[in-house]
Amino acid sequence: MIISVASGKGGTGKTTVAVNLALALGNAQYLDCDVEEPNGHLFLKPVITERKTATLLIPEIDESKCTYCGTCGDVCAYSAIAVLKPRNGGKGGIMSFPHLCHGCGACAYFCPNGAITEIDKPIGIIEHGASGDINFVHGKLNVGEIMVPPIISQVKEHIKPDVPVIIDAPPGTSCPVIEAIKGSDYCIMVTEPTPFGLNDLQLAVKVIRQMGIPFGVVMNKEGIGDDKTDEFCRNEGISMLMKIPFSHDIAVSYSKGEPIISSLPEYKHAFLSLYDEIRSVLA
Amino acid sequence: MKICVTSEGKSLQDNVDPRFGRCSYFLIVNPETGAYESLPNPHRDSTGGAGIQSAQYVYSQGVEAVLTGNIGPNAMMTFSEAGVTVYTGVSGTVAQAIEKFVSGSLTASESATVNQKFGAGN
Repeated sequence: MIISVASGKGGTGKTTVAVNLALALGNAQYLDCDVEEPNGHLFLKPVITERKTATLLIPEIDESKCTYCGTCGDVCAYSAIAVLKPRNGGKGGIMSFPHLCHGCGACAYFCPNGAITEIDKPIGIIEHGASGDINFVHGKLNVGEIMVPPIISQVKEHIKPDVPVIIDAPPGTSCPVIEAIKGSDYCIMVTEPTPFGLNDLQLAVKVIRQMGIPFGVVMNKEGIGDDKTDEFCRNEGISMLMKIPFSHDIAVSYSKGEPIISSLPEYKHAFLSLYDEIRSVLA
Repeated sequence: MKICVTSEGKSLQDNVDPRFGRCSYFLIVNPETGAYESLPNPHRDSTGGAGIQSAQYVYSQGVEAVLTGNIGPNAMMTFSEAGVTVYTGVSGTVAQAIEKFVSGSLTASESATVNQKFGAGN
């Protein structure tokens, strides 16, 4: 079973929930797909045994074969190739902008002259290892790179669904989130009971409903803010799976990089119940 | 010879648009005769790559020089490759910009004056 942990708003506690759920289960897989700022390793402290470069396919142009027909530029949805057709008897020009390329390969596919081949551009690193019985994978996007989904999909190539798989998704509602949570059997949406948390939860709910993935909400930092988030979930028929209080003890353990269930073992039961509830919903 | 001036409106009396890739109009002008054509910028609301698309579009109009306020790195690279001269920091009306160009008081720009996405959202 693949469970992704998403949120809408950042800083609500996705990693807290994902890490503690994985630890409570023990024999599980944890994938940190928040590749722009992965932090699950701070709590799981994995031993990394394998490192692999994450890549994006970008066009390499052999200008000697190019007729400046412009097909590649026309099919590129992101203006990553500019073609300057010859004028005044001069020679034309072609140039690519790798930082705009999404790696779709349309330029190479449609080039009528075979002038474009796709080459690997390193964009980050995938690290694989273990933390106790937890199989750990995360991706780290290189600083300055902006193409997030390809590295997320390369993290997800490591999925081993014979144990429960926990995906720690990035925040927001855009492409990286969709890449991270697609294919999940269930999605836990972590929120906080504040107007910001609620606003972003509402956006994320629209996305997840469109994707057709069953989901429920975990409310973190219960006790701050207001009761509007409870009200929203009740009105929308969204199950409230678990509430984690806004607690000094939890904040202290977080600040030391200690998972909740290590410093406050009574929470292990709560995370196991969370998993059981998800399993019963899907049964 | 034809040159392009980025403009906020359709006429020579309109102000030079300070943005290149997302300007409102491209005025394609023959500075010797004063004849001109106003082209609405088809890439003004492009989600990305507006500078590159606009540069290819302007190049395809056969211009040899571009007069604008600011230009980003991608459009600048495209014009460098195309051999089109770019003059930045141009302001006032389009007519005034053309006069300055004809009198030779503009200095060609070697590099971008703003970062990518400068003109987005305005």
